[in-house]
Amino acid sequence: MSMVDRHWILPVGVIGFEESLNFQHYKEIRDMVLSDIIALTVHGARDLLDRREISSVELTQMALDRIQDVDIKTKAFVTVTSQEALNQAVAADVRIASGKGSFLTGIPMQLKDNICTKGIPTTCSSKMLENFIPTYDATVTRKLYDEGAVLLGKGNMDEFAMGSSTENSAFSPTRNPWNLDKVPGGSSGGPAASVSAGESIYAIGSDTGGSIRQPASLCGVVGFKPTYGLVSRYGLVAFASSLDQIGPLTKDVTDSAMVLSAIAGYDPLDSTSLNSPKPDYTKSLTGDIKGIRIGVPKEYFVEGIDPDVEKEIHRSIEILESLGAIVSEASLPHTSYALSVYYIIAPSEASANLARYDGVKYGYAANSEANMWDDLERTRQEGFGPEVKRRILLGAYALSAGYYDAYYLKAQKVRTLIRQEFESEFKKFDVLITPTSPSVAFNLGEKTTDPLKMYLNDIFTMPANIAGIPGISIPAGIVNGLPVGLQILAKPLGEEIILRVAHAFEQATEWHKIRPEI
Amino acid sequence: MPLTLEEVRHIATLARIRMSDTEAESMLGQLSTILQQFEELKQLDTKDIPVTAHSSDVDTVMRDDKVSNSCKKEQLLSNVPDREGDFIKVKAVLE
Repeated sequence: MSMVDRHWILPVGVIGFEESLNFQHYKEIRDMVLSDIIALTVHGARDLLDRREISSVELTQMALDRIQDVDIKTKAFVTVTSQEALNQAVAADVRIASGKGSFLTGIPMQLKDNICTKGIPTTCSSKMLENFIPTYDATVTRKLYDEGAVLLGKGNMDEFAMGSSTENSAFSPTRNPWNLDKVPGGSSGGPAASVSAGESIYAIGSDTGGSIRQPASLCGVVGFKPTYGLVSRYGLVAFASSLDQIGPLTKDVTDSAMVLSAIAGYDPLDSTSLNSPKPDYTKSLTGDIKGIRIGVPKEYFVEGIDPDVEKEIHRSIEILESLGAIVSEASLPHTSYALSVYYIIAPSEASANLARYDGVKYGYAANSEANMWDDLERTRQEGFGPEVKRRILLGAYALSAGYYDAYYLKAQKVRTLIRQEFESEFKKFDVLITPTSPSVAFNLGEKTTDPLKMYLNDIFTMPANIAGIPGISIPAGIVNGLPVGLQILAKPLGEEIILRVAHAFEQATEWHKIRPEI
Repeated sequence: MPLTLEEVRHIATLARIRMSDTEAESMLGQLSTILQQFEELKQLDTKDIPVTAHSSDVDTVMRDDKVSNSCKKEQLLSNVPDREGDFIKVKAVLE
């Protein structure tokens, strides 16, 4: 039995839910809505639920059916929690009937498998945590449960969120719903693919160097990394603590605003949580971007970018201009250094964060050596995959005696330069527009042998994490049958202006409505 | 090569990861390529530039020293790989 099968709890059907699920009605709407569920948005589901045209149990069963049909191909889920989902759906239907529902009540979703769920395995797609069952919920999980959300299961990812293709999952790579020979991006490849393939209505991912935006771009969905500190990271398995941030993956910008409104906000359990006012982000979707100042940083249009992707981005910028935005060239001269800064800082923090995996308190234990130290080394050799080891070693090296100043300290200083030039450009511009990724989805196995080549996938997304600013990726074209993502960046806490521009673009285009055939 | 095989082995020991010869050799090549990329940072003059450790302005956060509920003991111990009663079992630390 493969490792993934151990967590594979197949949908149980409707046994025990006869009272909540009217079979006749379910069959009728299933045929009618099945084609629609693939394209069903959060706000679309909200309308159906509020008009009582569908129940949460029916909607959830439909999602579970869809998972059963296509996840064998996409491998977007590590764990499917059918029983829990249907229980939550029953409760959601009661809540909706009593008129106490909110934005997300009764709508099925997926959480990336590095977000803690009490009583449900949280594996980080690693052998190290394969059997780990959290004793508490992450703040994000709890907030969504409080909203009445329905958890379908946990999303596949690159092990410990380290990667750009989800090929580093210890269980199985996720495949791109647009073309199963292609990667979905990463590390939130499971969340992006599950939303893209219509297996979940929305998903929650994490983004340390582009891990929400890049897979969103490659899978043709909307991925939003908020300002560092806007969404609590309590219960998110730590990778690089000064860069990690949680955010939504959705089918459109309205959904992104709805989900962000539910998960954002101060949390005393996260010492980096921002104590800032929490707006209703859906209010920023005005459709009006007249006079908005858009900067297009020239350093993001350099050698290495796919010319067809570049063409789509320029076409998108023209659309924004035609909507009344004022577009001019911006400059972020230190952009090319972001890769080095990121791959010093992130592995350094990772080497410290991952020191906790010792096979003593929880997680994998080799238990094959005579003494504790040998056992510890063996546990970490067998529990971690190659990319995780590579980054731990890189970080340990950058922090080690004699190299600290040359690497870690230097990177932190260049981080300041990158941050400062964003600050200076955001005095001139409301938002910056760039491609999300230099190319569309690539083939599985194409970049696995060359780590540096793999790292280059995130050159356009890493700077936002380094500077702590928010960024969204939205669908903005198709090249060779694969989606292209447009990235919109703003200053810290500029979520509203980003959503406003993204929404205006979406209203003027159809890219977000095109769904893959799978 | 900016790295040697001995250095790779040394870092692996620091990071408490056992490594086979094949693993260490493949790490040597890959890490060297990545470290060569980092050389570009030397081009930048950062003498008077302050460090950024965190992108937000949140400083040390304090909380009231009040007792509150936490996880139950049995729950916390449920993930322990090897235990005896309420104790976590580890192998001998001293030779």
